[in-house]
Amino acid sequence: MSDSKDEILGRVRNALKNVPENEHPEDVSVSRAYLQEGSLTGQKLVSLFARRTGEYKAKVRRIKKEELKSTISVACREQEVKRLVIPPGFPPEWLPDSVEPVHDKPEEPLTHQELDESDGVITTCALAIAQTGSIILDAGEGQGRRALTLLPDYHLCIVREDQVVELVPEAFVHFDQQIKEEGSPMTFISGPSATSDIELNRVEGVHGPRRLEVFIVGS
Amino acid sequence: MKKKNSKKSSPTFQESAKAYLENTQLRRNIGHATHTIRDKRKQAVDEMPDWEDLREAGSNIKQRVMRHMDKYLLQLEESVQQAGGVVHWAKDAKEANRIIVDLVKEQQVEEVVKVKSITTDEIKLNKALADEGVQALETDLAELIVQLAEDEPSHILVPAIHKNRAEIRELFKKKLEKAELSDRPEDLAEAARLYLRKKFLSAKVGISGGNFAVAETGTISVVESEGNGRMCTTLPDTLITVMGIEKLIPTWRDFEVFMQLLPRSATAERMNPYNSFWTGVTQGDGPQEFHLVLLDNGRTNVLADEVGRQTLNCIRCSACLNVCPVYERTGGHAYNSVYPGPIGAILTPQLKGLKDDGVASLPYASSLCGACYEVCPVKINIPEVLVHLRGKIVDEKKRKGGFKAKLDEEHIGMKLMARTFKKRSRYERAQRWARVGQGLFEKNGTISKLPGELSGWTAMRDIKPIPDQTFREWWRSRDE
Repeated sequence: MSDSKDEILGRVRNALKNVPENEHPEDVSVSRAYLQEGSLTGQKLVSLFARRTGEYKAKVRRIKKEELKSTISVACREQEVKRLVIPPGFPPEWLPDSVEPVHDKPEEPLTHQELDESDGVITTCALAIAQTGSIILDAGEGQGRRALTLLPDYHLCIVREDQVVELVPEAFVHFDQQIKEEGSPMTFISGPSATSDIELNRVEGVHGPRRLEVFIVGS
Repeated sequence: MKKKNSKKSSPTFQESAKAYLENTQLRRNIGHATHTIRDKRKQAVDEMPDWEDLREAGSNIKQRVMRHMDKYLLQLEESVQQAGGVVHWAKDAKEANRIIVDLVKEQQVEEVVKVKSITTDEIKLNKALADEGVQALETDLAELIVQLAEDEPSHILVPAIHKNRAEIRELFKKKLEKAELSDRPEDLAEAARLYLRKKFLSAKVGISGGNFAVAETGTISVVESEGNGRMCTTLPDTLITVMGIEKLIPTWRDFEVFMQLLPRSATAERMNPYNSFWTGVTQGDGPQEFHLVLLDNGRTNVLADEVGRQTLNCIRCSACLNVCPVYERTGGHAYNSVYPGPIGAILTPQLKGLKDDGVASLPYASSLCGACYEVCPVKINIPEVLVHLRGKIVDEKKRKGGFKAKLDEEHIGMKLMARTFKKRSRYERAQRWARVGQGLFEKNGTISKLPGELSGWTAMRDIKPIPDQTFREWWRSRDE
């Protein structure tokens, strides 16, 4: 095994004979003239996120914090969701009595079968990008491990207004330290599962949740 | 083409293309699909004020990686190990397959789930697994279609682009044993969902490719739409990722460039539905065993060619296929390679070498129009590499042909041309002769058919006759 490693590295070095010995990677200049920070703030920024997420056929509602419980109840009724998967750390005070919570616990994780048989999952998120209408999960509190947001057919995600950034680069900068220190698994979600494999027509819903609903919560 | 010097040569592009061009259904399917995506891509790119800056950055970053690949590979290995993963090195397809087959057999399973990966197509992993009694189940919708049809992929991103919905319906009815099925894409997708769901839930081993690997952190990413990528990289106990050594990026933050370039160039979306980023193993979340197989399989040959090296910048978006006037008409199968289209026409010959006549015909599968270069998100100058490879092919022919190659008509023709163009008096004399000779073939101001060795030139195109007077002649007569 290590023979192959040496051989490949040898071939690479041989291929790069013309690169001067004293050249460092940083000596190869990288021009970063692209936009790194957005210019939108406040409601304009949040509206852009709401619009872009909606364009992926995700259902978007903008609500106030005190409306959370009642709106979750309404959404679950509309979607005919009863058995709702709850990740560790999700605020219990937001849960309406009308749903049947299925708790995932680190010491007692739900099986894939149980997740598959649930009606939906509710989570918070780590960050959101307005430019691309994306929500980002880092498997933290209120989001849970990755399988939770994958097997149920309905995902309800709660985004706080102050979690929205405008551009893609802002999001990657945000997680830079965290990736280096904790190596958290990250998932970017932009609309429900989709495919363009049949005649390049976009169809929503293949293997991931076919229905994505996003609540944007103002303070 | 002319002579075949080895019995095992694959058919040339020109030979295969001819057959595919006659398939009108195929041409309609591919023409429709490429035009749809072409327009959408343009919209997705036009809304970005800094698109050119992103392309420049993407190209620069990849250039940095290529020039220092040895350092980055070692750094990647260390980061992955530190994060709890195991790194394997594979010189070629055979070694990669051996490593993967052994890993799979260790888990004592008869079935593995796979995310779409062209790298695994390149090394023919599915066959290697099948030979050892393991079934590799493709889970990407298009790959599943190709697998069920026992067909070959014809596009980098949409391997079943050559099939339309009616053909897919017939296939699913037969293979998935569905008595009733409409040809609505929604219903076809639902059929695939139901079929694969059971498999995902019980899968013990997942196999994936990787879009990017971060040297600094060991993070691997898979960019996808359907969720099958998330399934394969999250649900099994063991995950094996196979990746070409060129898929490196230096830092996590470099994603900010590529995660903008790739989705808009590939599926013309602002962002594709799912991006997964994992760093080794995370306790209590996802596979508890992670293997990364780093594959050379000819890539270091590409790296060694200073002009060809930029080919390794490729992030497999397939934008170049979708704009190519040649691909649009022949489809992907004519290229006889898992990498079709313009990028395939430069990548395949460099990975495999120019000895095979079929492979050596690929750099000629282009009109050099340059549309591919214009859309390439990492600025691979495909026409430049095509011309460079054509030069190498001619040199190779001369080298191995000896005296016989010197008698080749094309060679003699080129020599004569060079002589004629070298001196003004010779050039003007040739013009005068041609002007007299062309009278026999000119009809209504165009020449459609030339005789003998020159007929090849007019087989596909008309040419304009040389005018009665050139500018120089006119100028001279004006002075008199």
